[in-house]
Amino acid sequence: MTLYLLIAIVSPFLAAAMSVPVVRLAPRASGWILALAPLATFGVLCVPLLLPEHPLPVHLSLPWIPSLGIHFSLQLDALSQSFALLISGIGVLIAIYAGAYLKGDPRLGRFLVCLFAFMGAMLGVVLSGDLLTLFIFWELTSITSYLLIGFDHHKPEARASALQALLVTGGGGLAMLAGFILLGEIAGSYAFTDLLAASGAIQAHTLYPVVFALILLGACTKSAQFPFHFWLPNAMAAPTPVSAYLHSSTMVKAGVFLLARMHPMLGDTQLWHAALTTIGATTAVVGGYLALRQSIMKPLLAYTTVSALGLLVACLGLGTPAALKAMMLFLFVHAFYKAGLFMVAGTLDHETGEKNAEKLGGLARVMPLTMIGAGLTALSMAGLPPLLGFIGKEVLYETAIDLWESQAQAGLYALLVAAFVAANLGNVFAALLVGWRPFWGRPPALLSHAHEGPPALWLGPLLLGALSLACGLYANPLADALIAPAAAVMQGAPVPVKLVLWHGLNPALYLSGVTLAGGLLIFLARNPLRRGLALLARADAAGPEAAYGGALGLLQWTARTQTRILQNGYLRVYLLVIIAFVVVLPGSALLFRPEVLRPSPGSSFDPFGTVLVLTIMAGAVAVTLMHTRLAAVACLGLIGCGISLVYVLYGAPDLAMTQFVIEILTVVLFILVLHRLPSFTHVSSRAVRLRDAIFAGIAGTFMALLVYAAVNVEFGSHISWYYLENSQPKAHGRDIVNTILVDFRALDTLGEITVLAVAALGALALLRLRPDREDGQ
Amino acid sequence: MNSVMFQTAAGILKPIMLLFAVFLFLRGHNAPGGGFVAGLVAASGFCLDAFAYGAANARRSLGVAPQFLIAAGLIVALFSGIPGLIYEQSYLTGLWGVVTLPVFGEFKLGTPLFFDAGVFMVVLGVTLLFILTLLEERH
Repeated sequence: MTLYLLIAIVSPFLAAAMSVPVVRLAPRASGWILALAPLATFGVLCVPLLLPEHPLPVHLSLPWIPSLGIHFSLQLDALSQSFALLISGIGVLIAIYAGAYLKGDPRLGRFLVCLFAFMGAMLGVVLSGDLLTLFIFWELTSITSYLLIGFDHHKPEARASALQALLVTGGGGLAMLAGFILLGEIAGSYAFTDLLAASGAIQAHTLYPVVFALILLGACTKSAQFPFHFWLPNAMAAPTPVSAYLHSSTMVKAGVFLLARMHPMLGDTQLWHAALTTIGATTAVVGGYLALRQSIMKPLLAYTTVSALGLLVACLGLGTPAALKAMMLFLFVHAFYKAGLFMVAGTLDHETGEKNAEKLGGLARVMPLTMIGAGLTALSMAGLPPLLGFIGKEVLYETAIDLWESQAQAGLYALLVAAFVAANLGNVFAALLVGWRPFWGRPPALLSHAHEGPPALWLGPLLLGALSLACGLYANPLADALIAPAAAVMQGAPVPVKLVLWHGLNPALYLSGVTLAGGLLIFLARNPLRRGLALLARADAAGPEAAYGGALGLLQWTARTQTRILQNGYLRVYLLVIIAFVVVLPGSALLFRPEVLRPSPGSSFDPFGTVLVLTIMAGAVAVTLMHTRLAAVACLGLIGCGISLVYVLYGAPDLAMTQFVIEILTVVLFILVLHRLPSFTHVSSRAVRLRDAIFAGIAGTFMALLVYAAVNVEFGSHISWYYLENSQPKAHGRDIVNTILVDFRALDTLGEITVLAVAALGALALLRLRPDREDGQ
Repeated sequence: MNSVMFQTAAGILKPIMLLFAVFLFLRGHNAPGGGFVAGLVAASGFCLDAFAYGAANARRSLGVAPQFLIAAGLIVALFSGIPGLIYEQSYLTGLWGVVTLPVFGEFKLGTPLFFDAGVFMVVLGVTLLFILTLLEERH
C-alpha cells in the first residue's frame, strides 16, 4: 500500500513533466491523455475502499535530512483520503476541461505544467504525514497558484492578483511555519501520529495560544477567511479551469484541511471553539453579502466560495460529532456543485464571450447539455431535494438548531443559525443567477452564434450534477465509505452518520423553506437591491483590501526611501559608510578590551621587513599626492607588490603568487576603466579632503591595531596541525593551501567561484546592456 | 597598441605564459600553484594578446566565449563532487585512483583535479570577461 501512496503523489508531477511534449504531439487530445494521471491517483486511492485487506491508515516515511530529524513522510487516513479523492477526481475533469478550454492556445503546455504541479502539491498537502512535509507542499501550492493566477501575465490586474494571493497566503504560510516549529518543539516530533499522542500536553502548554494563533493565521489566509477573504475573488483573473479547480475543491480547502487535521491535536479548547466559530460565521455572512453585489459569474461564485469556506470553518469550530459530520458532508456537496458551476461559467464565457449573467438568456435551446449540468449543480447549490445539497444544508441547519436548543448560550447559537441562513441565501441567489438566468428567458440578439461546446466542456458539469443527484438519492454509500471514517479521524472516536433525504417536518426543513423563499425574493428584487448595496460599497474603502493596498504601498515607499538614502549612487559615500561601520563595531571592542594590545613576547627587529613596510607606506602616501589617476594606480600597484613580498618573506608562497598576478591584472583593469573617465576637473574642497584624511587615518590606525592584536591571540587548538597531518594521507597532496581549497573546504571554493561567476555576469550586464544605447548590444 | 616590439614580445610571451599556467595547475596539489593562480596567469597571457593585437584576436585564439568558460567551469566543478555521492560519502569528497601511462609512468588521479580544472576555467573566464569587455568598450 505504501507503493500506492507514492504512485498517488508522483503521478501528477509526472503529468506536469510530460505536459509540454504531450501537447506538442497531440494538441487536441492532450487534456484527455493527461487526465490519466489524476485518474491513476484516484484509482489508487480507491483501493482501500474496495479491498478490505488494505486497511487505513497507511504511513510512509523516508529519511530526508536525518541529522535534523526531518523526514519526507506521507500518511493516508480516512480524512486525507476524502480530500485526496476530491482533488484527484475533480482534477480529472479539470484536466479534460482545460484541454478544450485552451484549445489551440500556444500556452496550453505551460498551463498544464502549472496545473499538474499544483495538483501534485495539493495532494502532497493532504497526504503529508508530518508538519514539515505539509509545509513544503503548502508553499508549493502557493507558488504554483501564483503562476496560475498570473497566467495572463500581459494583464496588469492578473499580475497584481497573483501577487496579492502570493503575499497573503505566503505571509500566512510563514506564520504557520513558526506555529509548526513551536508545535514540534512542544511535542518533540513533527509526525502527526506523535502529535496526536501528545495532544493533552500541547493543549495544556503555556504556548498553546501562540501555536494556535499562528496556525490559524496560516489556515485563514489560505482558506480566504475574513479579513483575508479579498484575495480569492481577485484570483478570478486566472483562466476558468484554474478558478474551477483552485476555488472549488482544492487550494482554498487546504486551510480547512489543516484545521481538520489539527482538530484532534489542538481542538476542543475554549479558544478553538470561540475563534473558529466566530471567524467562520463572519466569513460566511460577509461572503454571502458580497456575492449579492455581483452579476459577473466568476466573482459571484468566488464570493459564495468564501461564504462556503466560512461555513466549513464554523463547523470545525463547533467540533461536535454532528458538526464534524456536517462539515465533511458539506465539503463534498460544495466541491461537486462549485466545480460544476465554475465550469459552466467558463463554458458560457468560452462559447458566447459574455461573463455577465444578466446579459445572457435563452441558451437552454442551443446548449442543452450544459444547461442540464448547470441546472443540477445549481439545484444542489440552492439546496433543493432530492440533490445532495439539500441533505448538506439540512444537516448544517440541524446541527446549529440542536446547539441552539441544548446549549447554555442560546443567543450566540441563534446568531450562528442566522449566519448559516444568511450564507445559504447567498447560495440560492447565486444558483439562480448562474444556473437559471443564462439559460431561460428571451435570448439577447447578439447571442445568435452561440452553440454547444465540445464534450470536454460539458462533461464535467454534467457528471458532477449527476453525482450530486445520485448521492442525494443514495447518500449512505458516500456516508459510510468516506464521511463517517473522516469525521471519526477528526473526532478521535467513531461518529455515527446516517443520511436520509426526508427528515420529516422539523425546524430545519422550515428554515430551508425560509431560505429558499428568501433567496428567490432576493433574486427577483436584485436590481433595486444592487442599487442600494452600491451605496454600501463605499465602505470598502475602509475594508481589509484597502488595508492590504495601504500596507503594500507603505512597503514600497519604505523600500524606495531607504534605497534613495542608502544606495544613492555616490561611491565615496558607500566607502565612507563601510569604513565607518568596520571601524566603529570591532573598534569599540578594542577600546573596551585594551588588554589584547600587549606587545608580543617574541617580536624582534627585522631589517628586511622594516624596509618592505616603509616601501608600502611610501606607496600609500604617494597615492594621495598624485595628480593623475594613472600615477595613483601605479602607486597602488606598488603597495600590492609590497604586500605580496611580505607573503614571500613569511612563508606563504601560494598567497604571494596569487596576490602578485591579481595585482597586475587589477592595474590592467584600472587602466581600462580610467581611460573612460574624464580627467580631473573638479578637485574636492579642502574640507572634504580633510574629512577623508581623518577617515583614512582612523581606518588605518584601526587596522594596524587589529593586526597587532591578532598576532597575539592564542588559539585554543591549532587547526593548522590538523591540515598538516592530514593533507598527505587524506587529500593526497603536500601543499596544504591547495588541499584546503580543492578538498577539505571544496564546498567553500565552489561557493566562491559561483559568486565570482555571478559577479562577472552582473558586470557584463552593466557594461553591455545600457538603457541609453539603442542598438541593445 | 601598434608597437612592433610589444607585439613581438607578446607573441613570444603568450605561449610561455600559457605553458606556465599549465605547469602551475598540474603542480598545484603538491607545491604552490593550483587552478586559481593558473587561471589568472593564463588570463594574463590572453590579456597580453588582447593588448597587442586587439580583443577580437584574443577572443579568436581563446576559441570559446568567456561566458561559456565560466558556465563550463562551474558545471565541471559541480559534477566533480558527484562521484563522492555515488560512493555514499558526502558531496565533493575527493576520490583517488592510480593511472598508469606508457611514457609518464604511474601517477595519482583524483576528483579534486577536475574540481580544480573547474576553478581554473571559471577564473580564466571571469578575468577575460572583464578585460575583453572593457577593452571592446573603448571603441
